[in-house]
Amino acid sequence: MPVQLNRGIILVSLVLLEITACNPFIQANQDDHISSPQHRDSVADSTKLIPVETFSSDYFPCSDCHSEIPLNPQRRELVEMHDDIVFDHDSENRWCLACHNESNRDSLVLAGGKLLGFNESYKLCGQCHGPKIRDWKLGIHGKRTGQWNGQKQYLLCVHCHDPHSPKFKKLQPMPPPRRPEDIKIDSIYEREEKDSTSP
Amino acid sequence: MKWMAVGTASIAGLSLLSSCDSDKREAFFQDQFKELDENELKAVLERLERGYKKEYNADIEVNATAPMDHVLFGYGLDLSKCIGCRRCVYACVEENNQSRNPEVHWIKVLEMEKDKGADLLHSDVYYNPEQVPEEGHFYMPVQCQQCKNAPCVKVCPVEATWTEPDGIVVVDYDWCLGCRNCMSACPYGARKFNWASPEIPQEEINIHTEYLGNRPRAKGVVEKCTFCIQRVRQGLYPACVEICPVGSRKFGNLLDEQSEIRTIMKNKRVFILKEELNTQPKFYYFYGT
Repeated sequence: MPVQLNRGIILVSLVLLEITACNPFIQANQDDHISSPQHRDSVADSTKLIPVETFSSDYFPCSDCHSEIPLNPQRRELVEMHDDIVFDHDSENRWCLACHNESNRDSLVLAGGKLLGFNESYKLCGQCHGPKIRDWKLGIHGKRTGQWNGQKQYLLCVHCHDPHSPKFKKLQPMPPPRRPEDIKIDSIYEREEKDSTSP
Repeated sequence: MKWMAVGTASIAGLSLLSSCDSDKREAFFQDQFKELDENELKAVLERLERGYKKEYNADIEVNATAPMDHVLFGYGLDLSKCIGCRRCVYACVEENNQSRNPEVHWIKVLEMEKDKGADLLHSDVYYNPEQVPEEGHFYMPVQCQQCKNAPCVKVCPVEATWTEPDGIVVVDYDWCLGCRNCMSACPYGARKFNWASPEIPQEEINIHTEYLGNRPRAKGVVEKCTFCIQRVRQGLYPACVEICPVGSRKFGNLLDEQSEIRTIMKNKRVFILKEELNTQPKFYYFYGT
């Protein structure tokens, strides 16, 4: 269900999570993506929801496996499956079942017991991160793309923050600008000469 | 001597007038952008497209989109989020057809030490570690601040640069003399000069262009950030906003109380760069946390 904001113009698009490998959450979509020119012709329709990514995985629904496995609520180190998950998110006080529902394995669960789909995970984050979820709804925190005066795509919390280890991961920077002493002026002159002599 | 110079000039002029290339003649006599009537403008845009086709062998469309009513563009940049990855720098280069060689960047990302605060004198634009952000540092991207009281506009001797009704400071590249007065007047180093004829790989040319924005420029003219005028006048976010992997860049209409940028100005700690110069930028740095 979309969260309606102040004027009802901006709607949170229900962005479906992408699940990769055993870890259902990935670092932000850092591919260099810019809205393509065909969006220029589209008429702003603020009510249309735009999924940023599609939900596709061999690992969902979780119940495919977990319905066969008896529940073990014991806090323990995971082996065999999901052992690639680095859990560093208040791990002293929380464990898998703090967010994943123990009886309905395809759902998340709020502290009060309410079940949530994975596409509403931001509500789960908002339980603890109150000011952040407030800023996210206002468009201050997080990333919006699309139209500044119309349709926008929203990234959910988990697009940028791995919920198991939420600190934003470092990136390799793009190259620095060329220093003036490194500018190869001769090659530029040569090119200009060639351009001026070619018909 | 003087007589000889006049003579040479008139011979050059005569040869231009008698030249059979009418496009060259039209270009020579073209008026300043704001003085063109509808038909003249249409002819200019078509002529430019013909010229680009010849020069770049690409179907570049040159538009002259009018500003929207009741819109004044403003930009927000969250200094607490920027990690200095420079994705914005290169997204801007590709979107706006900047020269690759010699290199022209409209955005500079400054690395600063947290201990020293926003200290421009001790900032580093050439940082190049394996990964960013570097420990103990923060990053401050600087580009055209789209000043309301723009010094660059005041010093232009021929009115080749001005502020549009939607707040974007633009350049008429066909009217620019290349005197670079604007560059020395700008306190943000935002204006760039084409010292040589720009080089853009043919396959990387952005063919959706604006006359006052990202159309390919010529040697000897000044250029700068226009908030991606070719995108924002179509309702799209600027390319740097779209690319930023941490969502530190915000954009919207300053006249709309509900816009993201107004919400930021109301709720967060906002500052403008070099406030004491009274340039009145529409580019607001803020701390989201």
